Amino acid sequence: MNPSSDAPSDSVPTCPHLAAVQQACGPLESSVFRGQQRVVVPAEQSFAALSLLKDRGFDLLVDVSCVDYLEYRGAKHRYGLVYLLANTSSNDRLTVRVFVDDPEPTVASVVPLWEAANWLEREVWDLFGIRFTGHPDLRRLVMPEEFTAHPLRKDYPLQGRGERHNFPVITRDHS
Amino acid sequence: MSIAPAEFEAPSERRSEDYLWTLNFGPQHPATHTTLRLVLKLEGERVVDAMPEMGYLHSGFEKIGEHLTFNQYVTVTDRMNYISPMANNVAWHHAVEKLLGIELTPRCSYIRTIIAELARISDHLLCNGAVGLDTGAFTFFLYAFYQREVIYDIFETLCGARFTNSYTRVGGVSQDITPLVIEKIRSFLKTFPKTLDDMERLLNRNRIFVDRTKGVGLLTKAEAINRGATGPVARASGVTRDLRRDEPYLAYADLDFHVCCAAAGDCYARYLVRMQEMRESLKIVAQALENLPAGPVNVGIDQRTALPNKKQVYSTIEGTISHFELSMSNRGFEVPCEESYAAIEAPNGELGFYIVGDGEDAAYRARCRPPSVLHFALFPHLIRGHTLSDVVAVLGSLNIIAAELDR
Repeated sequence: MNPSSDAPSDSVPTCPHLAAVQQACGPLESSVFRGQQRVVVPAEQSFAALSLLKDRGFDLLVDVSCVDYLEYRGAKHRYGLVYLLANTSSNDRLTVRVFVDDPEPTVASVVPLWEAANWLEREVWDLFGIRFTGHPDLRRLVMPEEFTAHPLRKDYPLQGRGERHNFPVITRDHS
Repeated sequence: MSIAPAEFEAPSERRSEDYLWTLNFGPQHPATHTTLRLVLKLEGERVVDAMPEMGYLHSGFEKIGEHLTFNQYVTVTDRMNYISPMANNVAWHHAVEKLLGIELTPRCSYIRTIIAELARISDHLLCNGAVGLDTGAFTFFLYAFYQREVIYDIFETLCGARFTNSYTRVGGVSQDITPLVIEKIRSFLKTFPKTLDDMERLLNRNRIFVDRTKGVGLLTKAEAINRGATGPVARASGVTRDLRRDEPYLAYADLDFHVCCAAAGDCYARYLVRMQEMRESLKIVAQALENLPAGPVNVGIDQRTALPNKKQVYSTIEGTISHFELSMSNRGFEVPCEESYAAIEAPNGELGFYIVGDGEDAAYRARCRPPSVLHFALFPHLIRGHTLSDVVAVLGSLNIIAAELDR
């Protein structure tokens, strides 16, 4: 979903799940691209909306990821979370977007709904620095625990900030 | 004379953790097969809890994806699930083509279907071979690996590379399939079912193997869905989800095959599902090869996505211009400022890419949805209450590939 698009489609949603979410959360921006239905949910309502969608049959959480829109032309928000949902019986798919901003990018954890979110949210915290409130074990997933930056942010350089050169050298005598 | 521990201190004073033994398994261990680490809490030989650790092979593939063009990045996808690189190539360019809105030629989608299924066979051979190896069936492992070599030979004839194929391109593939490749695939289709029969005779009713895998690592259907399992792991638990049938891509809508499922949800069921899927893959390859459409393999010059072949470059003005423009940065692809997700049924499960385009030749964000991460997160749930020797059986049946896990 392009955050710069100035024309949110306020037309009557065709997807029945979308209508249900709109009924619960008020009018939401939604769009379709290449046959994929997408809806933007405000951060404070994300848990309620996702919970509702889970009850409506979206039992599989395919992915939780994030995009940093720092250098994206015309972007209104810094981070856009992506929740990809799927229904294993009807094979419907739905993409839920939640936008959060600096300085304290925070969103409610969906681990109580899907256990699958546990490691996926840890990865987003690790690489983007977005806090998930209510997460049972929000530790870094792929980077070492003592790492301080969030490397998939756009202001983090491709070749790093020299962390590699500063790794402590452990010798055989001082291990 | 032995003294029971109870004589030293009253049970109430003993901390419950005291007699748990912590065992570090990996990151370098022959039975992890890849670089991953498990911290196991043991009570005697029983695993009370397990703490999986990952990140030892983290190489920032997603960050690199923001700096390489859509065609260059395919070389990086080879290195994700290096057991079946062809499937990763297909997944990456499937997602790119979805974002760019490119319709493949029929011949290209059939070729991609064939190589994706051959990749599935080679992936399942490794996974089941490794499960056999870890549970003591060394001969089985050699049978599986011999057949993997045959598939490597086919890929080498097809694109010149055995292991890191980088075969697909935006809107096509790097080389058309040749009669020699077709001949090699045909002979593989003839010989492989015999080996598959032998392999099934070796293990399916092997007392040791069945005892070590049946009832081990149980995953119920509800848990499988809730924990995000896909692919053979989910199908062995009774989830009848297969993107090849449910969201047909490439040429799968034209082909006849079954979705292999089991209800038990244990390591043995996962083994059986993989064995059966190899037979179905053979069926798919045979059908696709019989019905391989003639015609161009890459999309036309007018779409300005795939490099034209050398004959066109040297003898037509359109070919020359197209080749020149595609070789220059910012003159090649017309990328929409949009985002899309596309997934394929990779050997391990749903392998998808969420790509954000911003008009440049490279993705603004190239998120890979790796099935291994969700399967590795399952591990503590599956191993609790089983013995230490079951760790390798469960780990093998999940087919964790660390390079895909960490990216």
